[in-house]
Order: sequence, then structure tokens, then C-alpha cells
Amino acid sequence: MSENIYKPYLMEIVNIVEETPDVRTFRLKFKNNEEAEKFSFKAGQFGEYSVFGEGESTFCVASSPTRKGYIECTFRKAGRVTNSLANLEIGDTVGFRGPYGNTFPIEEWEGKNLLYIAGGIALPPMRCVIWNTIDLREKYKDITIVYGARTVSDLVYKDELKEWEDRPDIKLITTVDPGGQTPEWRGEIGFVPMVLEKVAPSSDNTVAILCGPPVMIKFTMPVLKKLGFKDKDIYTTLENRMKCGFGKCGRCNVGKVFVCKDGPVFSYEQILELPEEY
Amino acid sequence: METTRKLIRKQSLEKLYAHLSGSRKIYAPVTAANKQVDYKYNPPYAEVASDHIRSTLSVKNIVFPKVENLFLFTNNRTESTITDIELFKIPEVVLWGAHPCDTAAFDVLRSIFCWDTKDEFFSQRVEKLTVIGFACHKSDDYCFCTSTGLSPDSSKGSDILLSRLQNGDYVADIITEKGNAILDSCPGLFEAAPDEKPVITEVKVKFSHEQVTAKLANAFEHPFWIENSLRCIGCGACAYVCPTCACFDIQDETKGKNGKRYRSWDSCGFGLFTLHTSGHNPRQVQSQRWRQRIMHKFSYMPDRNESLGCVGCGRCSSGCPVDMNISEQLEALQNI
Amino acid sequence: MTNLINRAKELLENGTVKVVIGYEAGPTGLARPAFITDPAKAGKLIYDDRCVQNLAVYLTKAEVKNLGKMAIVSTLPVMRSIMMLISEHQVMGDNIVVLGISTEKELLDIADIGVMKGYIEKCDLRNPEKDRETLAMLNALTPAERFAWWQKEMEKCIKCYACRQACPMCYCIRCTVEVNQPQWIPVQANPHGSTEWHILRAMHLAGRCISCGECGRACPVGIPCHLLTMQLADQVNNYFHVHAGTSDNMTSVLSTYEPNDKESFII
Repeated sequence: MSENIYKPYLMEIVNIVEETPDVRTFRLKFKNNEEAEKFSFKAGQFGEYSVFGEGESTFCVASSPTRKGYIECTFRKAGRVTNSLANLEIGDTVGFRGPYGNTFPIEEWEGKNLLYIAGGIALPPMRCVIWNTIDLREKYKDITIVYGARTVSDLVYKDELKEWEDRPDIKLITTVDPGGQTPEWRGEIGFVPMVLEKVAPSSDNTVAILCGPPVMIKFTMPVLKKLGFKDKDIYTTLENRMKCGFGKCGRCNVGKVFVCKDGPVFSYEQILELPEEY
Repeated sequence: METTRKLIRKQSLEKLYAHLSGSRKIYAPVTAANKQVDYKYNPPYAEVASDHIRSTLSVKNIVFPKVENLFLFTNNRTESTITDIELFKIPEVVLWGAHPCDTAAFDVLRSIFCWDTKDEFFSQRVEKLTVIGFACHKSDDYCFCTSTGLSPDSSKGSDILLSRLQNGDYVADIITEKGNAILDSCPGLFEAAPDEKPVITEVKVKFSHEQVTAKLANAFEHPFWIENSLRCIGCGACAYVCPTCACFDIQDETKGKNGKRYRSWDSCGFGLFTLHTSGHNPRQVQSQRWRQRIMHKFSYMPDRNESLGCVGCGRCSSGCPVDMNISEQLEALQNI
Repeated sequence: MTNLINRAKELLENGTVKVVIGYEAGPTGLARPAFITDPAKAGKLIYDDRCVQNLAVYLTKAEVKNLGKMAIVSTLPVMRSIMMLISEHQVMGDNIVVLGISTEKELLDIADIGVMKGYIEKCDLRNPEKDRETLAMLNALTPAERFAWWQKEMEKCIKCYACRQACPMCYCIRCTVEVNQPQWIPVQANPHGSTEWHILRAMHLAGRCISCGECGRACPVGIPCHLLTMQLADQVNNYFHVHAGTSDNMTSVLSTYEPNDKESFII
């Protein structure tokens, strides 16, 4: 019998974290042990998550490949599928196909400083690579994470932020948009590009990994350039709409590139070569 | 395999049809009351069209159905199950009467469906397919196969290619092993081929696709796209009648707890094709979508899939409600 | 024709409009929509029997609107579409110059919406004769026979939405079929999903269809879907005595309640 590439794995929701009022994280375990054994992925890859009867939705695997036995995904309630995912409970079944796409070139980054910059719901696609490099901590020099959200309640992974903050080998800077702070807020107040400019991390022997809404990317790029980052040392993920995950259905086609096959990870140098259709 | 040429007489052709449809499903063109030509399964031979220039829809439906179930499921929340589609049950089909542009399109589709991960739904259907192609003795202004590297008597994609002789008999070129198997199964229907040349229509070369591809490499920002797509109304007619367009959607449909996930034809010309849930749309206006259509077929595919994404059948242009004539535009693009 | 070209040229030259939407001849001999922005190119404009598309569809298209103030070559269906679009607040009457074309193919002097209204009122507003005949044939069938007739047509549907895209009244940016919470209409083009689509489309056009027949003409597989909306146009006229597109202040019959509305359909 030939393989049906559209058939998802059956996964059980074993844990749910309510990250913000509209963002949830699921921990998913394979229902079939054989499939769990065979499965592997790398930081940056994504999958198609499904609620049977509602359809599929695309998100990155948000857990690190160094954490075995499960995968995690974080999503915001936005459309038909994510709204139904938001109604599921522990023990319920979802579908998952993947992993798809390319990966962050973390081996190439060994011996370098890492600067992670994320905005809002864009921390999840970066969380995987952050944990992956933290778990291989000795291979990298300084790790700096700049993370911003609109308000304090919109910050995701609050427990992990605390953990990163407490670790002496990670520098974490969190910020919220002006007006988004609470009286207890001890982090920065201001938009990510401005905070980045203020913190002014060195570009020397450093790779910047940037994920966020288009407007954040637009204003952060000039800051990175000013700090001396080269296009080839800046990485981001593209989030084009996808259906199949195999470079066939046509949605994520940008120039000759399929974001689902050649991405989602691109260096800024590669992005500059693409037509602006992302 | 080396091509062998045989003769098949007009009367024997009907016998061949009967012979083939005896053991398999046969998919053949039929002229409807409104003069449209549509492919149907197992039509009586008397109804099979052989004088048409192009059918309304291409024959891609046979390997890439407009709706294809991917699997069935039962959603019981904690105990949901999936039932796979039994691909081996896909029946053997003979495609009868397709013109060379349509038969050549199977290779283009293969370059999309199997360029990296193999799509078994497509490949199984191709495997179960035998193609009796008919060379073209007629053409019209919409035809431009010769501009896409093909010809009205190209045997690409055919297992047997039939070409009409002046007296109504046909020469049969046996192209593949599948074609040979047919020859072997009814040798009495075939005779030694005469020396006579079949009647083949002439299709004027309108542009050089290599030159178009070369021009497109630097034409992304050209004002051409806006100027030439103002009248495009953004429907999916061109993509749906196209033999090589393969964009698809994946959707679920349920009845109670039971349902299916299927894929269905989609089009990059639709405004919502690339729309993100956030409201951001990488291709916001029609000129960008029209550019994508041409770029994909004539620039991205040659580059990426090593195949031109067009066979020059002309359906997109003849089927367009507002006369977006693709060969006219490609001719113009060659000279921008 | 000379009058039309001269008028278009004049409007572009004196800056009254930025674009003239009309027809030109394509390379295969078909007429097709043309957008003239350069007065020197006004000579490309044609008007003859080949000019069939309802040009009013472009009045709401973003990239055409971006060109600036428009003049539009308008046969009766285009004029009626314009009236509906003004009534539904999609276009402003003052922003459009109507280059009216009479049934005798003469250029009309449509100075303003009031003049256009007067012209429309004098025209035969019924469905085209050929379509009336087909509808009479269909209406003579039993419901079961009629349903079977339409099912045969619906089998052909590929859901390319040419019918919707060609219709000037289908200007929604997100059509009901594209709303998926809930998924009102199945996405797939099976007889069931296609039938639902065409019923929904017809219902959304009831009282708004101006009988141009563009949807049926646009259909690449030849489904006479214009008969559905035309039948409803007929019904609306029977019950409510209105023809769509006869004034710039039309109220929608299916979303307007009046105390004296007949309620005979409620048993």
C-alpha cells in the first residue's frame, strides 16, 4: 500500500497552557508508539495541525527537538481551525502532519553570539530554536533574547520567561508597548525596535534571529543594519499561507521559492532576492 | 521503446474502442447539444467526437479530479479515527481522443505533483491510465502548442498516437509498452502502415518560450502587469480549464461525527488564495495575481520544476469571459 | 462610433475623466473591455454587436478606481447596474460619466443620473426574449423535472466563480461562500455543493439582478445560471412590481419590510 502523504498522525492533547486570553499551548503525544519512535524534527520546522471536521492550520513546532516524546504548538484563536482547537480539552485527539520545511542552521551558528528578537505571537516559532540552543548551551557564546508584546497579558510563555531571566547565561529583555504595562511591570516599555536600539547588542560574531509582525520587522531591520549586522547574519521565518506542506498546492509560492519547502527559515540575504509577496 | 507505425482502418477504430472499453473504463470526448465538447466515461462510440479542436475542460480531471477524497475520519474527540483511501482500487482507465497538448500536460502535472514528495493520488491515477492520443487535423487562433515546444502531432504523453489520413483511416504510432500491450491484445485490428503522410494542422509559432522565460526573469516590476490585467475580473475559469494548473485547496466536510478531508481545484487568481488570517495579503490586487499566473508557468516552473507550465492548448483564452488572451500577452512580453 | 470616440477623446483631453471604460477589438476578433487613459488612443474604442460584457463590473474594481474619475460606455444593462451600485452606495453618481448607447447603437446624451433614469424608464425592462422563452419552457415542467434539469447543469459546475466575478452586483470583498465560520456552502464542486452555491447566488441577487445575462455568458462550462437570477427578477416584478436598476434610490425588496407587503407565502 502506498503512502498517503495527506494522512495525519493522531495525537492526544496531554497538556494545555493558557498563555494569554487568546493564545494556547498544547503538548501533543503520538497515539501510536511506532509513529512516535520514527518521528524526528529540527528547529524551525512546522506542521499541519487539524481538528477533524474543521480542517488544518499551519504552525511551527514550538518545542525543542532536544525534548523527546512530545511536541508542542502554540496558537492564537484567529480562524476556523484555531477557534476549534481553542475549544478542545486534555485527552482530545488532533491530527498532525509534518515536520515540513527547512531548519535554523544552528550548527553553523556554533561559536557565535545569538540575538533573538521576537514580537507577540512570533515567540512560539522561535521558542523551538531558543530552547534547542539553550540545551546545547556550551556550543554558543552570549544568548540574548529581546521579546516584546502589546501588553503584559499578551506575553506568552511567562514561566519560561522567568526561567530565562533567572539564568545567568541568558540575557533576557522583555518589553511591552507604551500603555501595555501593569504597575508591577519591571521590564522595558517601548516598541521592540526602539528597545533594541537602546540595548544596542554588538553585531560582532553575532547572528540575529528575528520573528514578528511585518511592521515590527520593517522597523527592526534598519536598527540591525545600524548595529552593523550583515544581511546573511539575520534570519527570519516567512509565514505565507499554506495548505499542503509539499510545494504542490501553490499557496506559499513566492517567486521560484515555496515557503513550505525552501523555508520557513530564510536569511535576510535570501529574502532580498525574493519578490515582495510574503 | 522504439516507435512502431501501424495502420488502423476507420472501421477497425470502432472495434478498437469496443475492445478497450470491454475491459476498462474509457474516457472520451462527446459533443453536447450546445456544441461544447466534454469528456465522459464510457460513451457509445457513435457519440464520440473526433472533429473538435478543444474540449471545454482539459482532461486533467482524470488524474487530478476536481474533488478528491484524501481520507475519511470519525471525530469522537478522544477516540477519533482515520480511514485511508484505498488507492489500489483506482480503476484502469483508457483516455481516448485527447489531443497532444492535453496528453503532454500529464508530464507537466507530474513535475508539480512529484517534483519532491511523490503524490500517490496523482501517481496511482497516472499508472492506471492508458492514453490513446489523436493528433490534430484542425486548429484555431487560440492554439499555440508550437510556441511551447510541442506540436499538433506530438506523441508526448500518448501510449498510442493516432493521426488521421486523407481517407479517414488512421496511422497508429505505438509509443510505449502500454501501447504495445494494446497492439498485442488485438493485432488483427492493425495493419502495415502506408507511406502516406497524415493530415496534420499547421499551428503558427507566436513566440519563443525561451525568450519569454528570459524576459520574465527581470520583469516582475514592469508596468505591463497592471496595464494588461485591468480587464481581468479575477475568476478561476482560466485555471480550472487549464490542463496544467494544479493549485488546490484542502477542506473538511462532515455529517455528524463522520466526515472526509478532500482536496479540490483552486486558483491563484482568487483574491483570497493567499490571504492570511491576520488580514495581510501578499497578493492584494488582481495584477499581482495575473503576474503570478504567467510567472509561475513561464518563469518559476522552468526554473524550479524543469518544465514549462503551459502546453499551448488555448483554453484559458477561449474560456475567458473578458478575452484575456495569453498568447497575445506572451508575444508582447517577449518584446518588452 | 465616431461620436463615441470624439466624446471619449474630449472627456480625456479636457480632464473631465481620467479613464474611459469601453470596448476594443481583440486579436481573435472578439470585443473586450478596454481602459482608455490616453486621448490619442480613443480611436481604439468600438461599439457593435460583439460588445457583450457588462462593463459596470469595473466600477468597483480597486485597480480601475485607482485610475481616477471614470467615463463608461453604457448600454441599458450597464446603466441599470450603475443605478443599483449607486443605490447600494458602492459608487457615487457624480463620479461617473455615462456614455449611453441606445439599442440602435447611437450615442445618447446622458447629462446626469436624472436623464439616465428617464431613459431607463422608457426601455423594455423585461428579461431578454430568448431567456424568457427558455424560462417559459422550464416553468412548464413539473418541479421534479425542473430539478432534474438543473441537476444536470450543476454537475458541470467547477466553482470557478466566473458567474460571480462577472456580475457587477457581486462586489463583496468576501463572498458568503468564502465565509467559513460557519461554512455555509461546501467548498467542493459536487452537485450538492454547486446547487447550493447557485441557489445562494440567485437569492442574493433577487431584486438586484438587472437581467444582463453576464453570469451565464461568463460561465466557461456553459451553465445557463443567468436563468436563475432572471427567474427571480421576474418573480420580484410579479410580487413587488419593481424592476431592479431603475432609480438611484432602489430599496432591496428582500431586505425591506413594508406593512402592506403581501404575506401570501406564509400559510
